[in-house]
Amino acid sequence: MIIKTGKNTLTPNIKSSEITPESVFINRRQLLRAAGLAGVSGIAPMAAAAEDIPSRYKRLKDIKPSALSTDEAATSFEDLTGYNNFYEFGTGKTDPAGYSGAFKPLPWSVTIDGEADVTGTFTLEDLLAPHALEERIYRLRCVEAWSMVVPWVGIPLADILKRFKPTSKAKYVAFETVVRPSEMPGQKRSILPWPYREGLRIDEAMNPLTILANGVYGVQLPNQNGAPLRLVVPWKYGFKSIKSIVRITFTEKEPYTTWNDLAPGEYGFYANVNPEVDHPRWSQARERPIGAGFFASKVPTRMFNGYADQVAGMYKGMDLTRYF
Amino acid sequence: MSFPSSRQVRLLIKPVWFIACLLPFVWLLLNAFEIAGPDLGADPIEAIQDRMGIWGLRLLLLTLALTPLRLLTGKAWFMQLRRMTGLYALFYISLHFANYLLLDQGLSWQFIIEDVVERPFITIGFIAFCALIPLGITSTYGWRRRLGRKWQSLHRLVYPIAILGCWHFWWQVKQDVTEPLVYSSILFVLLGYRLANNYKKARAR
Repeated sequence: MIIKTGKNTLTPNIKSSEITPESVFINRRQLLRAAGLAGVSGIAPMAAAAEDIPSRYKRLKDIKPSALSTDEAATSFEDLTGYNNFYEFGTGKTDPAGYSGAFKPLPWSVTIDGEADVTGTFTLEDLLAPHALEERIYRLRCVEAWSMVVPWVGIPLADILKRFKPTSKAKYVAFETVVRPSEMPGQKRSILPWPYREGLRIDEAMNPLTILANGVYGVQLPNQNGAPLRLVVPWKYGFKSIKSIVRITFTEKEPYTTWNDLAPGEYGFYANVNPEVDHPRWSQARERPIGAGFFASKVPTRMFNGYADQVAGMYKGMDLTRYF
Repeated sequence: MSFPSSRQVRLLIKPVWFIACLLPFVWLLLNAFEIAGPDLGADPIEAIQDRMGIWGLRLLLLTLALTPLRLLTGKAWFMQLRRMTGLYALFYISLHFANYLLLDQGLSWQFIIEDVVERPFITIGFIAFCALIPLGITSTYGWRRRLGRKWQSLHRLVYPIAILGCWHFWWQVKQDVTEPLVYSSILFVLLGYRLANNYKKARAR
């Protein structure tokens, strides 16, 4: 975490200016102000919580703030890393935290193929190196009607994809999760047809909100959160944000996506957060914020998870009850 | 004298059983107030919902297992635990339902009614709960005497209730049905045993 104030330094007696280049520090303030998020509140969640993160997580350096971040308070690191859906490690919410210890996210490489001029297999470092890391504090809405606020660290997906020069035939982007049953105990059973696969329309993939994340709370992604590289698409239900990505394919046709294939009546290809289109078995009108305790009432779910201004245009004229 | 004597059943087995059935509730309270054991995690409301529901189903199946146990072992005292076990099942299912109404939905009736009417897995759970209530009320000796032969017919409702309970569990699972499959299989065996037994009795007549 690069933003330090006198109160929140990890190491006492070091001035914030010694840790954080002043230009970056000021830049963040300016961006927040530009986004109408001025004041300490926009900075507080991450800076405050950085102290609680165990030292075994490697800190990421030189993270830029983003005007696309929400100023809502982030869910605690403990809840973010203790309550996950990542069936590769088991179907229980605490399974990913409990059974991901044997997973080795590094070294890592990602294969890029399909409708693009530049294809091949690239190391994680090669993939990320040309780009600056950004902190994106996003709302996360699970299809199961719970939600979190997550301070991701990552890179706009568009910036990465453009380097591979997708051709005019590239209408969609498909993603694939690693298959390692020896390290991922959930994959020893055929709960889902492994590998887990997801996909986006190319304009969704190129939307400025869409990122590939390699960190959270200023540290490298913990295994249970999709280490070392995952997708984050904040206006879609969480299952679209595929974890531990090993393959990205540009395709001409709508790609296979796991949940949509398993239960097409329950999970659409788009899976945009939409309070007006209920899941057949439960309401999507409200959500429970995780970490709010016993008496936290549900809060209304917002159209496109509150990102309608940035994304609604992509779906103009589409019947969202049909393309859910 | 055979073990256990009726005195031992009354003074030892039943009190022990009473406490044993209460333990999941006590454990939940200890966890919830962070007195002992792990806390309820990031989504405590869901944790209460799942735990109370599963204990309700377990005790319901256990209630159904007591008659076969008596028939298989010849120990009549198993029957003396049946009412308490069944009432405990109702107790846990009531907590499951109360948690849904109060903590999960915050008594938002508009959403609750929509759920019960429009979501089949909630509908069948709700029907099962409603059907269990008269069984709880009429579980006393007084009601049993008053209803006579009708009591038996009324309490046969427990079979469809258990089927609805397993179905309710099965239907709310997203993908991995292993656990509901286990409970449904147990129910299947218990019902199968009962049917086979009735068939044998009918033939013997």
